[in-house]
Formats: sequence, structure tokens, C-alpha cells
Amino acid sequence: MAELLITLTKIVVVFGAVLTGMAYMTYFERKVLARMQARIGPNRTGPLGLLQPAADGVKLLIKESPIPTNADKRVFYLAPVMVFVPALLTWAVLPFGPGFTAFGRQIGQSIADINVAVLYFLAMGSVGVYGIVMAGWASNNKYAMIGGLRSSAQVISYEVTLGLSLLGCLMMAGSMNLSDIVAAQEGLWLGFLPRWFVLPQVLGFALYLVSSIAETNRPPFDLPEAESELVAGFHVEYSGFGFAMFFLGEYINMLAVGALASTVFLGGWLGPEIPFLPPVVEGLFWFSAKMVIFIFFYFWLRATLPRFRYDQLISLCWKVMLPLALLNIVVTGIVKLFI
Amino acid sequence: MELHSLLFLAFAAVALIAAVLVLLSRNPVHSVLFMLLTFVNVAAMFVLLQAEFIAVIQILVYSGAILVLFLFVVMLLAGGERPLPVLNQPLQARAAVIVGLVLVSELALVVLTSTVGGGRRGPDSPERIAAVGGNIEALGRQLYTTWLLPFEIASVLLLVAAVGAIYLAKEDL
Repeated sequence: MAELLITLTKIVVVFGAVLTGMAYMTYFERKVLARMQARIGPNRTGPLGLLQPAADGVKLLIKESPIPTNADKRVFYLAPVMVFVPALLTWAVLPFGPGFTAFGRQIGQSIADINVAVLYFLAMGSVGVYGIVMAGWASNNKYAMIGGLRSSAQVISYEVTLGLSLLGCLMMAGSMNLSDIVAAQEGLWLGFLPRWFVLPQVLGFALYLVSSIAETNRPPFDLPEAESELVAGFHVEYSGFGFAMFFLGEYINMLAVGALASTVFLGGWLGPEIPFLPPVVEGLFWFSAKMVIFIFFYFWLRATLPRFRYDQLISLCWKVMLPLALLNIVVTGIVKLFI
Repeated sequence: MELHSLLFLAFAAVALIAAVLVLLSRNPVHSVLFMLLTFVNVAAMFVLLQAEFIAVIQILVYSGAILVLFLFVVMLLAGGERPLPVLNQPLQARAAVIVGLVLVSELALVVLTSTVGGGRRGPDSPERIAAVGGNIEALGRQLYTTWLLPFEIASVLLLVAAVGAIYLAKEDL
């Protein structure tokens, strides 16, 4: 019973934190983009514009959501849920810190510390495609349909390289358990370099970066929602809360791939010791700091690079990234065999 | 009743109802979505059996890859609603009955004769799997020792299929 209670508490805390983090990520994005384009960004709602996410949320909640004629009503309503729920579920396996003891019990670092965590993460990512395809089909709109088809082709292609780019790290750690992977990165190389997998797996990290941007449909790979050609892509017919859920799903996915990058490549909650802080807070700090840097990189790319063409995107995946990912695995295997 | 059996019953019920709805839906796209529901519930049952690896692979491969392609094909090819599947053609009805009987007897044979049927437990219990270090480790060991040859043959088969598909799709190779 106590176990169940602990798990439920963890679920509430983690999901609350993720949703709050996501809300402030939109604020962060708008501020970063504004600064990069020599603007100021949101600054009217609350001090420094800090209440802007709340205002946006209320606006989206009270908006009317019309349904297009001849749309498939049930599928239309289900589609945003199918994007949002898998995105949130990925957070069940991500470890936040070194764990701690409370009320005489050892409390783990993630909601579910399972052995197949990396595969679980990828599986949830692949289920997220359904929402996009369903939205595109149910809207009864050709722009939405094209956006949905583009997106599923893109996500299916880049899932392969995303999974393969992680494989090198899994081979080095000898485990698919995310806590074990972080534990394998503890210590220093040559006395001063952290033993993070990003150093030996530079190629893997680069491939992960590119695939994760394509996987989350972010610029410069945001072809499913290319405004200039598809209006808004698969969610063109959605407004109000349906649109909000697509939006939430996309941003939670971004946070999640950032969290996975910081766990697998950047040493997760490990980092230099901070004086006067308990290990839990310290772990949480380093974990979030790495995630924020990763997310900042996303925004930076969005402000800098123009959109790709669709055929370039798909051939980049299959002709360049996939062979490189396989090469990375072979080299890692050979090195691991001789060391 | 304990939680475990209760969960099993719930997942099994949803899986079966969804499987029936796959057949009874008048819209092919709805059929595919009910099939997704069946797959997810089967994955949940694998989790109850402590076979996490198979559960995750079930979702990753079946729901995440194969069924998405199903959905693609159905969305692009099958327009509109189809009539309810009624067996009005005598040949089709007879063939269906025969195939159904064969499948049911096969299933009965497996349940009655195999080591895991009738409430008995097979040799690879969760305890033994945990002893070698978990699902992935146990499966990896088996694949690369006892079943190495079939495993390699399967991979060659997949390679041939991939080469064939590329050859058929590309006209100017």
C-alpha cells in the first residue's frame, strides 16, 4: 500500500513539474527568439511577462473549438489526446536524481526504474505518430492530410536513426536501464574530463541531436506544419483546447528528448559538487541545467536556420545518418572488444 | 480478488472487445484504431507476466511501425464506409468455417500439449530470467548461443527482403 502511495505521489509531482516546466518553456522560447531578432518579447502580463503562459492557457481553454463539416468526430477528438498522452508517459522512466531516503524508505529517482527504459522511451515516441496521422485524416482537409502524411513518414524514418544513435552508449554502459547508464558515467577521464558518454560518442550525440529535432517536428525540420506551404499542417482545423493539447504534446516531447540526451550523453544528474546543497537538489539542478541548455540549442536553431525541403530531409536520414549510425555502432563494438 | 488478476481481466476484456470491434467497425480507419487498442492491451498483459521486453517491443514494432503503415494504406486507399461483413457468399462462408475450425483446433492442441498449457509453468520462469540479469540479458544469451543459426538465417532473410523491396521500388538502379 505504501509503495502504491509513493508511486502515486511521484506521478503527481513529476507530471506537475513537467507541465509547469513546459508552460515556462514557451515563455523561454519567446524571450530567446525575441532577443535573437532584436525584439523584447512578452513583457506585459505580470512582472517581466512571467504570467504570459497562464494567460495563454486561459485563452486557449475558453476558446470555442469548432469541428469541420464531414470530419470524423470521434477520431477528431481523440487525436490531440493521442499526441499528449504518449508524450507525458515518456517521463515515467526518466531518472531525475540520485534517489533519497524518506520516512525510512528508499525512494527511487524515477517513477518506474525499469530495465527496458530506453526502448520504452522510443516506443512511446513511436505511438505519438498516431495522433498526428489521425488529426490529419479526421480533419477532412487536404492541408491537414498532407501534413499528417509528411509527419508520419518523417517520424518513422528518424526513429530508426534516433534508436541507433543511442545504441553506442548502451553498448558502453552495458545496460538499457537509465539509472545504470548514468551510474556508468560517474568519475573522470585523465583526471579532469568527466566520464560522460558525449566525449567518446561524439558522432552518436550529433546523430541524436539531428534525429531528435526531426522526431519532434521542430525547425529546421518542421515540414509537417510548414506555414508557408501547408497553412499549419495536421493541426490546421484545431483551435482551443485541441490545439493546446497538440502544443503541449510537442513541447513535452522536446523536454523529454532533452532529458534523455542529458541522461544518456551528458551524465544525467552528475556534476561538480555544490556546497551546502543536499544531493537530491544538486542532482535535480544538474539534470535540469543540462536539459535547459539542450532546449536552448533548439530555440537557437529555430531562430537561425531556414526550413529544409522535404526530399532533402528524408534522403539525409536514409543516405547519410543511417550509414553513419551503423558505422558508429561497429566502431564502438570493435573498441569495446579490445578494451 | 487480488489486483493482479483484476488487471488481467480488465486488459483481456478490452483486448477482446476491441478485437471484435475491428471486425464490426464500418469504417476501415476505425478498425485499424481498434486494432491498436488490442495491441496495447496485449502489451499490458505481457507486463503483467513480467515480460517487459516483449511488451515494449510489441508497442514499438507492432503499434509503432507495422500498424502505422496499415493506417497509411487504409487512409489512402479505402475511402468511405464499407458494409458490415456479412457472409452472403456460400464459398466464402464455407472457407471461413473450415479455416476457423483449423485455427481453433491448433490453439487447443497447443494449450493442451505444451509445457505451459493448463496452468503448468514452463521452464523459463520469471525467477530464472531474473537470475541471469533480466529480460534483455536472458533473451540475448538465448539468441546468441542456443538459437544462433536460426537467428542469423532470419537476419539474412530480412536482408533479402530489404534488397528486394529496394530493387522493386527503384526503376533506374
